Amino acid sequence: MSTPKPRTQFAIQSRILHWLMAAMLLAMLFIGVTMVASLGHYHLLVAIHRPLGIAILVLAVIRFVNRLCTKLPPFPPTMSRQERFLASSSEKLLYALMFILPLIGWGMLSAGHYPIMMFGPVHLPPILPANPMLYAFLRQAHTVLAFLLFATFLAHLSAVLFHTVIIRDRLLDRMALWPTRSRQQRELPSIPD
Amino acid sequence: MNVFNPNQLAASDLPKSNLIIRLAAIGAVLAAIVALFAYAGGWLTPKRLTPASMIDTFEKVNGPHPGFRRNHAKGVCITGYFDSNGNGVALSKAVIFRPGRVPVIGRFALAGGQPYVTDAPHTVRSMAILFQLPDGEEWRTGMNNIPVFAVRTAKAFRDQLLASAPDPATGKPDPAKMKAFLASYPETAKAMQLIGNRPISSGFDNSTYNSLDAFRFINASGAVTPVRWSMVPVQPFAAINTTDPEKSDKNYLFDALIASIHSHPLHWHLVITVGQPGDPTNDATVPWPPDRQQIDVGTLTVDQVESEDTSPARDINFDPLVLPDGIAGSDDPLLSARSAAYSQSFTRREGEPKKPSAVSTTETEK
Repeated sequence: MSTPKPRTQFAIQSRILHWLMAAMLLAMLFIGVTMVASLGHYHLLVAIHRPLGIAILVLAVIRFVNRLCTKLPPFPPTMSRQERFLASSSEKLLYALMFILPLIGWGMLSAGHYPIMMFGPVHLPPILPANPMLYAFLRQAHTVLAFLLFATFLAHLSAVLFHTVIIRDRLLDRMALWPTRSRQQRELPSIPD
Repeated sequence: MNVFNPNQLAASDLPKSNLIIRLAAIGAVLAAIVALFAYAGGWLTPKRLTPASMIDTFEKVNGPHPGFRRNHAKGVCITGYFDSNGNGVALSKAVIFRPGRVPVIGRFALAGGQPYVTDAPHTVRSMAILFQLPDGEEWRTGMNNIPVFAVRTAKAFRDQLLASAPDPATGKPDPAKMKAFLASYPETAKAMQLIGNRPISSGFDNSTYNSLDAFRFINASGAVTPVRWSMVPVQPFAAINTTDPEKSDKNYLFDALIASIHSHPLHWHLVITVGQPGDPTNDATVPWPPDRQQIDVGTLTVDQVESEDTSPARDINFDPLVLPDGIAGSDDPLLSARSAAYSQSFTRREGEPKKPSAVSTTETEK
């Protein structure tokens, strides 16, 4: 029996969750920023935003449990120590925002005395008491943290594009939905710190 | 901390020109995403009519009144209940129409953004109601004592606000502006005639309040019916006395409503007007033919009155699209616009310090 090769990709369920949630989060950011500036499409977009947010919250729980239960592929040698630290920190931030943003949305509607409508007659119970100032604070926090999520997404995307297009260290392969061939490409130096 | 350090660029072993093209491509992708995001959020189109610019217009025309609704600013809150008679079940599967009683909370108000305005007979009166359904759903509706709405779209509403704003030089609206506005919105000119000719009742208690916008009722078998609805008072109509000496009292309409509720519960029939194919659902300025079927689906009873200063109704957004399953919006463009603008007004006022309502607790307890 040969010794198992070290993982080169994230587990398949991790990769599916990553791309599914990437699409959902990006859609959510664009729906959110569009709806607050729209009169004509406001209602339709809010009606999508609410259940989509709750779906993200549910998936975030599943993804977090999965994250704790699966082994990760090692960082490529082309990532410096600082970069690894930043990558791990931004991952933690993204996880935190995936939980916090939907919870603030839910809490904000509760504090604003709104019914938390999902679809048809299905709705969620309030998680906070109705309170004007609490509503106003959470509403503001929802916007600020959504911008933070957008900024974190941009940073994440920049880093991946830099590695994929400039350094060409096949960093993206770790998250590709399809199996990738073994690393038989050019020799890549590791980055001194 | 230098993340993309020179060592990494050296590691890329790309020719310099190729490297620059690739860096530029990354920059272009990021810039495109940011630009799309900024466009979606309206930052690249400052003249776009948005919920924020709509509410800015209210604030500009009425002056700043922090803590108050930007429209229908002067009001008083009520509670009571709705007894459904079961007649609505054929048209809508909404739980509210099953026979039985549900609690309601609501608000009577005068249209306009001045929270301390003097009551006047011709000012539009409104009734906002939140039906609390037993399954936790809600139905929120805001209705006015006019037969049709004055404008068809949000843009027309904004233009009407600007046209009827007092001229700073004279303190009165500029008739030329209003004339120009009506010329560009002929549907409003027609609607204004109907609104101007409406019989005006003596008070809030004997006014009929109309949904104005059209909605859709969906029944258990999925059949969709276009509808409008009205709250028709049981209190007998009496024409308003425009030379009423009580008018010297700033709050005479509200005071009369309070006295009326204190003396006996008030009742309204919830009457559904059933639209026929061809009846406009996307134009609140046009009345439906008078022979349309009307169904009385139950009775609203208002038995408690409370100042905004203490009532939770102050902090309720009577968004017309908070609807239970079985009622849905129509293609009326005002509905989504109302929803969006109310939300903007709600968010602003909830975060502002509150001043006492013109209709204070002393008045409601008299």
